[in-house]
Amino acid sequence: MEKKGWKQIPIGGLIAQGGTAKEYKTGDWRTFKPVRNESKCINCLICWVYCPDSCIMVKDGKMTGFNYDYCKGCGICASVCPVKCITMEKG
Amino acid sequence: MNKLIALTGDQAAAEAMRQIEPDVVAAYPITPQTEIAMNFSQFVADGRVKTEIIPVESEHSAMSACVGAAAAGARAMTATSANGLALMWEIVYIAASTRLPIVMPTVNRALSAPINIHCDHSDTMGARDSGWLQVYCENAQEVYESIIAAVKIAEHKDIQLPIMVCQDGFITSHAVEGLEIFDDKKVKEFIGEYKSRFSLLDIERPITVGPLDLQDYYFEHKRQQSEAMKNALTIIPGVLGEFNKEFKRNYGLFEAYRLDDAEIALVVMSSTAGTAKVVVDNLRAEGIKAGLLRPRFFRPFPKEEIAKQLFGLKAVSILDRSESFSTQGGPLFIDIRSALYELDNKPLMNNHIFGLGGRDIGIEEIESVFRDLIKAVKDNKLETKVNYLGVR
Repeated sequence: MEKKGWKQIPIGGLIAQGGTAKEYKTGDWRTFKPVRNESKCINCLICWVYCPDSCIMVKDGKMTGFNYDYCKGCGICASVCPVKCITMEKG
Repeated sequence: MNKLIALTGDQAAAEAMRQIEPDVVAAYPITPQTEIAMNFSQFVADGRVKTEIIPVESEHSAMSACVGAAAAGARAMTATSANGLALMWEIVYIAASTRLPIVMPTVNRALSAPINIHCDHSDTMGARDSGWLQVYCENAQEVYESIIAAVKIAEHKDIQLPIMVCQDGFITSHAVEGLEIFDDKKVKEFIGEYKSRFSLLDIERPITVGPLDLQDYYFEHKRQQSEAMKNALTIIPGVLGEFNKEFKRNYGLFEAYRLDDAEIALVVMSSTAGTAKVVVDNLRAEGIKAGLLRPRFFRPFPKEEIAKQLFGLKAVSILDRSESFSTQGGPLFIDIRSALYELDNKPLMNNHIFGLGGRDIGIEEIESVFRDLIKAVKDNKLETKVNYLGVR
């Protein structure tokens, strides 16, 4: 995204509207990302319960993947997975 | 009709605040500012103003409350001195960077240590890089009037910066002077109703004030602040022009006293300029072409105007009521020397640091500076150095 110049931004650091945290992709902080071995996953959704950033995506009661825009790579999901289908990889 | 009453500089500041009737005043007492907060509290207690007064537990909180109030869209004021200003430090920067037009009467006092409650400018000079506007007043009348003008300057849409209105501790703050007070209604009309550009309390338009601003945009916000300071330099004369027209006064960014045909001159701010004017008059009576330049605004620094005023003089001495410890002189000297650097025909120049911790300065000392300048002109030689006037 092209960054704005000093004449184009509101003065004093004001953010002139609400709900802008949605646009802040905290996944930028990440060093390691969780990767799932789909064939081993039993869809117990314990990772969904434990994820502090609500990054486990679920559809129709089944785990479908991770939202990497907000996943900070904390590794909790990998650690709580009872069948060890999640591994942490660089990136 | 203006009313004539006897007031101290502190009472004059409180009187201006009563007429302005800000939405919020948060203050903590510190000598020699205490009587501003005290007198204003009395106005609130007596029901003479509707201001919400917040008696806080420290200056850090006073400035924090002002920042909160101003961010909510209120006209907010506080007052301070010396170590109180130092304790506000963190929030002083936040007020300026968040572009909140807070007006703060500031009674100049020496910073510790050793502890000293008397006048010098080390407190506000220490805040000179915080992004606040600063105006230095010669007497109580100017304090009163500058606080009124300050509201309109700070709130101007192209400035939006907080402002310190400085007066000399005890010398001005506690001495009684005859003061002309404007009509309440005329003051209210002049400052007008404050319409902030945003409000934290506006639930229809939620905003965030003071967010995280890292490598990506912090620099851009600082650049905006420099621009506001530059704008202030061109906008302030216009606002003062309106003030002068309304109240029949003659304020500018600086005051030039008998400077037109002068050959030697002093530059000094605040109350000492009054004493220096007496010396100028005495020397003029002897046929010596002496003059005085009194910068009123130190931030923004009227670089070009000052250079224009001092251009053509043979010798100038700049008097600083604070020490910068740069070994290159006081802050006023350093800025003025820098302003004159590009002139082809620079006057001979030196610096005198004086009056630290309230050390008295009389006409004899000021005259001795002029006598040195006369000699320097004769010899066409003056070492650009830092002198300490009145130190043993």
